[in-house]
Amino acid sequence: MLLVELEPVIDPVINERAILLAAGIRARNARGVRDVAPGYSTVGIHYDPLQTDLAALEEAVEDEFAALSALESIAARDVVEIPVIYGGPGGPDLEAVAAHAGCSTAEVIERHSRQTYRVYMLGFVPGFAYMGRVDSAIVMPRHRVPRERVPAGSVGIAGLQTGVYPVDSPGGWQLIGHTRKVMFDANRPRPSLLAAGDLVRFVPAGQS
Amino acid sequence: MTLGALHIVKPGLLTSVQDLGRYGDQASGVPVAGPMDTFSHRLANQLAGNDIDAATLEITLIGPEIVVDADTTMAIAGGQFEATCDDRPLPLGASFAVSRGQRIKFGRVMEGARAYLAVAGGIQVAPLLGSRATHIVSRMGGFNGRALAAGDRIPIADAPGARPQRKSVGLTLPTKGRALLRVIPGPQADWFHADALKALGSVSFRISPQSNRMGYRLQGPPLARAREDELISEPVGIGAIQVPAAGEPILLMADRQTAGGYPKIGYVISADLPVAGQLAPGDFIEFHICTHREAVAALISRERQLLRYADLLAPGRADGKEVP
Repeated sequence: MLLVELEPVIDPVINERAILLAAGIRARNARGVRDVAPGYSTVGIHYDPLQTDLAALEEAVEDEFAALSALESIAARDVVEIPVIYGGPGGPDLEAVAAHAGCSTAEVIERHSRQTYRVYMLGFVPGFAYMGRVDSAIVMPRHRVPRERVPAGSVGIAGLQTGVYPVDSPGGWQLIGHTRKVMFDANRPRPSLLAAGDLVRFVPAGQS
Repeated sequence: MTLGALHIVKPGLLTSVQDLGRYGDQASGVPVAGPMDTFSHRLANQLAGNDIDAATLEITLIGPEIVVDADTTMAIAGGQFEATCDDRPLPLGASFAVSRGQRIKFGRVMEGARAYLAVAGGIQVAPLLGSRATHIVSRMGGFNGRALAAGDRIPIADAPGARPQRKSVGLTLPTKGRALLRVIPGPQADWFHADALKALGSVSFRISPQSNRMGYRLQGPPLARAREDELISEPVGIGAIQVPAAGEPILLMADRQTAGGYPKIGYVISADLPVAGQLAPGDFIEFHICTHREAVAALISRERQLLRYADLLAPGRADGKEVP
């Protein structure tokens, strides 16, 4: 794998460059390139060493990046809305987050749902989107010991990040709610609900 | 095409359907999966007369017992398992004909850890996102997204008597509980003390019992970091040697996640990944630091082994290599 490193920061513009760089490299359909995936501020290019002219690939990366390095703004995008039932059995950590923040659960919900989040990257399991930034008033670190099983649809926060677990999996994030949205389905035309660069808002759908 | 089936009587320790992997969706977090030892997977397919990307069964340490519900040709390559067909010993690294109702039984493994059972025409489970590879953690692909279980019926092509019998010569990977894996420095090699890279290249690491298709946890001297900051999560590839804060490295294998936040001191070179795939918990790894140029040369020589062999297998070139 060839790792292209931009500036090592979590920043929407740097992330936008990484996403566009990944798209540009993918669009070239270069021989030997099997997969291209952006990170927060990096791009991973998975290639077959026997089929790939590595020098030419590195040059292509330089060319694509040269066209992007002046990019300082982010194109407007639609906001994907995700309805969330906050608290109750689907959000077992809501009260702990409120206690940690020294506010009411209603205020946690208000602060979590009024922000528009950016999807920086996907990873961990298919369809798991790392989103930021969470309102600093409700920031809470992840559990020291992760849960063995977090149900699919759980909405969690960890530090400045928020996300939705697409499948039942182990997980350490603070679970504040639950959504019925299917985050990933390999059998639909666009399997992942979210892609890197998307904007997301969580919409309170009642409190159980 | 009519379908036959492999009827799984006993599943063995961990038997799963694999092809060369699910590439193209890592941007959505979809892991690649695929064989732990791609070399032996490809060899088994070549012996069975298949494309190298056809789906095979990956067999791990304790093999399955299978009743074949089809007339077909099969081949086994990779780890040296005892294997029989209706109690007669089966050749490894060779194709053989099987008739409907016959029973394939794997015994203990004598060398290596994983074997690949290829069936003429390939395992016919439905592809998912362009691949038949099983990723167990995300329950994707293969047969119902999981390892095989007793009672499963795995669809295969019914291909009576069409294939010539084929035998490979000396195409096994050297592993006797110990392997030397060559490594190129990783993107965060400079996050570690100079001593750590030296230690990586000079001591043996033991594969811990907490190892699986996602990765091998390695027991050895901790690899000390020169800087303690958190790495921002970034894409990772197969063969990455990532080092969590405690300093014991993890070698990422076929079922790795698409991204990770641990610094990577090195990457095992592509030529040696199939060798790594023949290791099991308790086995030892020594790493040898090499250059990118050496890595490419090693891969070319590994590929030549298969290509030379594919040439021997070309139609009309059986060369008297029939199985007795």
